[in-house]
Amino acid sequence: MAAGRHRHIRNKTTQRVERLAKLVAWRAAIVATRPMRQQPKRPMSTIAILLSAFLLSVVALAAFIWSMQKGLFDTSPAAANVIFERGEAGQPEDPAADKPHGTAGDAAYDTSRDIADESSAPVVFLFICCAMVWLVVASLAGLTASVKLHEPDLLASVPWLSFGRIRTIHLNAVAYGWAPMAGLSIALFLLPRLLKTRLAGAKYAVLGAALWNAGLIAGLGSIAAGISDGLEWLEIPWQVDILLVAGGALVGMPLVLTLVNRKVDHLYVSVWYMGCALFWFPVLFLVANIPGLHFGVEQATMNWWFGHNVLGLFYTPLALASIYYFLPKIIGQPVRSYGLSLLGFWALAFFYGQVGGHHLIGGPVPGWLITLSIVQSMMMLVPVIAFSINQHQTMRGHFHRLIDSPTLRFVTFGGMMYTLSSAQGSFEALRAVNRVTHFTHYTVAHAHLGLYGFVSFAFFGAIYFMVPRVTGREWPYRWLIYAHFWLAVAGIGVYFIGLSIGGTLQGYAMLDASKPFMDSVAVTIPYLKARSVGGGMMLLGHLCFVANFVCAILGLGPNRDRPALFHQGRKRALGA
Amino acid sequence: MNNEKALLAGGMTMLALATSALVVIPYLQLRDVKPTEGVKPYSAAQLRGREVYIANGCVYCHSQQPRDASFAPDAKRGWGRVSVAGDYYYDHPHLLGTMRTGPDLMNIGVRQPSADWHLGHLFQPRAYVPGSIMPSYPFLFDVKDKADPGDKVVNLPEAFNPPGKIVVASATALDLVSYLQSLNRTGAVLPAPPAAKAAP
Repeated sequence: MAAGRHRHIRNKTTQRVERLAKLVAWRAAIVATRPMRQQPKRPMSTIAILLSAFLLSVVALAAFIWSMQKGLFDTSPAAANVIFERGEAGQPEDPAADKPHGTAGDAAYDTSRDIADESSAPVVFLFICCAMVWLVVASLAGLTASVKLHEPDLLASVPWLSFGRIRTIHLNAVAYGWAPMAGLSIALFLLPRLLKTRLAGAKYAVLGAALWNAGLIAGLGSIAAGISDGLEWLEIPWQVDILLVAGGALVGMPLVLTLVNRKVDHLYVSVWYMGCALFWFPVLFLVANIPGLHFGVEQATMNWWFGHNVLGLFYTPLALASIYYFLPKIIGQPVRSYGLSLLGFWALAFFYGQVGGHHLIGGPVPGWLITLSIVQSMMMLVPVIAFSINQHQTMRGHFHRLIDSPTLRFVTFGGMMYTLSSAQGSFEALRAVNRVTHFTHYTVAHAHLGLYGFVSFAFFGAIYFMVPRVTGREWPYRWLIYAHFWLAVAGIGVYFIGLSIGGTLQGYAMLDASKPFMDSVAVTIPYLKARSVGGGMMLLGHLCFVANFVCAILGLGPNRDRPALFHQGRKRALGA
Repeated sequence: MNNEKALLAGGMTMLALATSALVVIPYLQLRDVKPTEGVKPYSAAQLRGREVYIANGCVYCHSQQPRDASFAPDAKRGWGRVSVAGDYYYDHPHLLGTMRTGPDLMNIGVRQPSADWHLGHLFQPRAYVPGSIMPSYPFLFDVKDKADPGDKVVNLPEAFNPPGKIVVASATALDLVSYLQSLNRTGAVLPAPPAAKAAP
């Protein structure tokens, strides 16, 4: 009786579904016969946009959790131990000229890291040298631009030194000089280590570096001469960009070859970030530079899709990869939660790509795009908080190592600034905040907190770790490392705090219709001067950094047979 | 995670999503936008001037996107109505800008139509706007003893004129000024409805 009833209901349901399908087909046929109608231009309601963006995010998250349950991703903490060799976990490593993990004669000794380091050393060294040169060039250009804003008649008759050009030279020297050169040197150093193999095809990277740097010199020269594509972050003429594309592809070759030849089962967190970053950037750069494709307002949305993603999908992953490697390596503890790193990675990959539209809030762009970008900017809090908790939990009980290890100090400071600048960026995307801060120096301060406080500090830390292994010589002068650290911290502090206050005042002055526009200029002057002071300190810090590096490679200064750690009491540098 | 193909496929999918949202869909949506009323193609001189604007990085301090009254008092400052996509029909590359270290220039040609003012202001902004931090552009001008035929002499306030000399605008400066003078997006955003035209 009951079974018959069930069958009856099932039949009914089937009939209903069939009827519905017929109805849909009938509607479609009618619509198809109608002449094409002009689509009504109705703005999508904000609520609908918000809901759809939210829905999209939730679906993505659900898909992610499903794939986790299905075991598509291996979350076992074993993978977090890939960076350690047998019996090495629990032992801190900081510039380990003295190998704590055994000697070559030891049967248990794993020689893969020596092989990895040996294979990558020459090319890593080349990239570090390039990074150093561009760091100094970029700092000098930046400081000049900063001074020019409060001394507008200084050297006004030299065209390439005028604000609009020298500021652009600064940005491009950082964006395509210092940051990628340092970031790629780290990737070239870390990938063979993490994949326990030798760096394959290093000669391609050497050729790539040559092309890339030639392109960059030509690009900066063009900007200085007043030849520019005119888009922020994309000023280098597209003809010159061809050199950068070819160079970048050649640098990517050894990284791909090494990945293919890997000898480990687990891919460590840093590999995910570096691997994806090295594939993301070429796509960004190519799409953005196709001549004649983009137009008007669409070009503006593309411009900020590119501008923000260079930071979010290239520098940020490279810097996070450095932190995920060096922080646990130095304190000798695996990353606390491997699952959180996974969440952080995929959330960053998903949300970060879509935040660029917040640069155009209030502009003549489609409303749905702005709202989408604001929502995803707020969602960026997810990976940032995941990373921060993970970093803090890993560091817990090891904070004292900040006293002696230069690498750990730089890298930890960088990680903290990641949290700070990303959280700030999320809230800056909110319309209420953006209304005040957009178009002001506040944004400039925020950009420097991200690219300097976070990315550059992570790279500095990594370079302090790599140079002794690459050159076979410890850093000669401890005091120069001290000076670099404190000048950089104080410099970015003065810069960020000064310019944030100045920018906020500027924003409020601009929104006040009763005040003349010039008030919004006048109010910033003291803070622009403070920015020059901060920038000067940063430049001085970089000169200390480069001087120490030059001494290290030229064999000047004391020779050490132990790492150049801070606070070694009154002990003299051994072997001096 | 132990599969590099899954990793890269996932990563590239994420980027594809972002690219669709921020590049492809805007491309499709804005492809058929028509120029707004009164927006005309730039003349040769104006286009050359636009290149000078780009070469000297004017965009890093001046936006070209007046905002809605609910967002900023741009209309009250005389910067014009809120801009729409059709206003940028002939703009390649776009020069929307991200900073207002100086004022918005979307309608500077309406607000400040005088070529003399622009030339003098480019030679020395502080001669016209006390406290301005705009760079001066002496390299766009020639300082001579006396004018040659066809020279455009810049009339500067006495205190800012080089003593005993005259300042002559270069062709580059004149191009730039002709671009600035052309900046005018005050036309109606939407064409007048046909009903209004038919009315007696």
